[in-house]
Amino acid sequence: MAAQESTRVEYGKALLQLGKENPDIVALDADLSGSTQTKHFAKAFPQRFFNLGVAEQDMLGTAAGLALGGKIPFASTFAMFATGRAWEQIRQSIAYTKLNVKIVASHGGVSVGEDGGSHQAVEDLALMRILPNMVVLVPADGPETRAMVRWAVEYQGPVYIRTGRMPFPVIYDEDHRFELGRGYILREGEDVTLAGVGLMVHHCLEAAHLLAQEGVSARVLNLSCLKPLDWQLVVDSARLTGAFVTAEEHLATGGLGSAVSEVLAEHCPVPLQRIGLRDIFGTSGKAEILLKHYGLMPDDIKGAAIKALARKNGR
Amino acid sequence: MVANNPIIYYINKTGVHTIVTKNCQEIPDISHLREIARQVRLDIIEMLFKAGSGHTGGSLSATDILVALFFAQMRLNPQDPCWPQRDRFVLSKGHAAPALYAVLSRLGYFPREELFTLRQFGSSLQGHPDSSCTPGVEVSTGSLGQGLSIANGMALASRLNGGGTRVYALLGDGEVQEGQIWEAAMTAAHYRLDNLVAVLDRNRLQIDGRTAEVMSLEPLAQKWEAFGWHTLEVDGHAFPELLAGLQETHGVKGRPSMIIAHTVKGKGVSIFENQVKYHGVTPSKEEYEQALKELHAA
Repeated sequence: MAAQESTRVEYGKALLQLGKENPDIVALDADLSGSTQTKHFAKAFPQRFFNLGVAEQDMLGTAAGLALGGKIPFASTFAMFATGRAWEQIRQSIAYTKLNVKIVASHGGVSVGEDGGSHQAVEDLALMRILPNMVVLVPADGPETRAMVRWAVEYQGPVYIRTGRMPFPVIYDEDHRFELGRGYILREGEDVTLAGVGLMVHHCLEAAHLLAQEGVSARVLNLSCLKPLDWQLVVDSARLTGAFVTAEEHLATGGLGSAVSEVLAEHCPVPLQRIGLRDIFGTSGKAEILLKHYGLMPDDIKGAAIKALARKNGR
Repeated sequence: MVANNPIIYYINKTGVHTIVTKNCQEIPDISHLREIARQVRLDIIEMLFKAGSGHTGGSLSATDILVALFFAQMRLNPQDPCWPQRDRFVLSKGHAAPALYAVLSRLGYFPREELFTLRQFGSSLQGHPDSSCTPGVEVSTGSLGQGLSIANGMALASRLNGGGTRVYALLGDGEVQEGQIWEAAMTAAHYRLDNLVAVLDRNRLQIDGRTAEVMSLEPLAQKWEAFGWHTLEVDGHAFPELLAGLQETHGVKGRPSMIIAHTVKGKGVSIFENQVKYHGVTPSKEEYEQALKELHAA
């Protein structure tokens, strides 16, 4: 079995390393530095770490001010509170003038588990994707997390990175480099395209394996750069396979499913099935149980692929 | 007292930018500041009348505060708006943009003619301050309650960068009904931001009526004091008090300063003074003519 890494843990390590390399990097947290993993940076660079207490709106505003002062702020808290509680601060104080603030939010999706629906962000990608000037990223493993954080330091402008609580298998090599606007083909196939973000990339890969056992060849995409989306890859894949499935630990509206729908509708309409929460909030429970409950498992993706294929074949 | 000798740019009586240092004792005289404020108010009335929309009352109440800050307090260089050592200003009550624009143009950040494009399509002067299109505007504001957090971040950056840059924020009184202001109030005190000065334009009116009726604010000074701020109250239209108050903040160590400036909404034009109606209403033709008459005679 491949090594397992949690994207939030890898973020914490990456931030610490980059903090050593670049003295302009500062970090902010809203009383969750243990959960978001900014605690390592805080310990190493106490003068460059600002805990704002339980005050997410103030944290994002303070980050905007630090960016205006020439710093490269990384602001972290749970995805729900960063994007929900402080959405208007992100809009007005950060995105509106394209300030150089990096928001790295942990605990995206229902795999947060026991804390329940109040703490499971299932709308953060929609809330960030809708904002002009915002880049939206969802890493699928440790190397990709590290590459994205390193890239974000160099990029001038606001970036939202969603990290997860659960460890995922490692996909990419250690020297993986992130490119803005690029999606990745992780598995070649011709019958159907399975595209995911974060944990769901792994479930797409497993689904492709299950489909192969039934003679269906699935192309698997990691669309970790949700905005700007690699629309050319989406269109090319749709043209090649003629059937599409998106999978995300998020509402089926507003996130990856919507982004892909928009591209397909305009450029290459093919049957599309979206895996995600259907107009419903999360709930308490173990992550594995919740992923099953909300239909986010490899089997569910396989089922969606078969439906898309049936539509493609006119059945 | 001031540790170094801050450079102050202002326009002397002949309209020329002048550099003054504190140790030269060449502090702009009060009558001169009053004259600048009178001209700024004339520009505000002209801009708002031509724009046909905008915020009259709060622009006029904040005028003297802005003139005191920009002409007698802050280290600025209008010829180089991005001069790294400049002091920073955040207009947290962004709807007073006309007053800020009038002050900036008078300092030479952009030509005065641009003032009269306010709020028009393609203008560099947006309805609310936008740092991406107006020279001298440091921060985009307009959604109330957010400027103090940004000012805190700028003050933290200034501390990390060294160099002694000070950060000034102008808040509205209705604005401090926003919860984020009090989050930021805690942050500024917690991080001992003695390079931060907030001025509160206490004109006692907001769109829907008197602040005391819409949402009580008092005891306001005690609130800021209790939040850990060095708090003082001044007459926001009396330059000697404003300047003394601003000067006092230089001696404060280990905590931020709050200057509650008691003002009159619509100050300078009798028909607008203390009238709720003129929060977001611009002068009619008759009102415009009367306002110009009064300000020319002042």
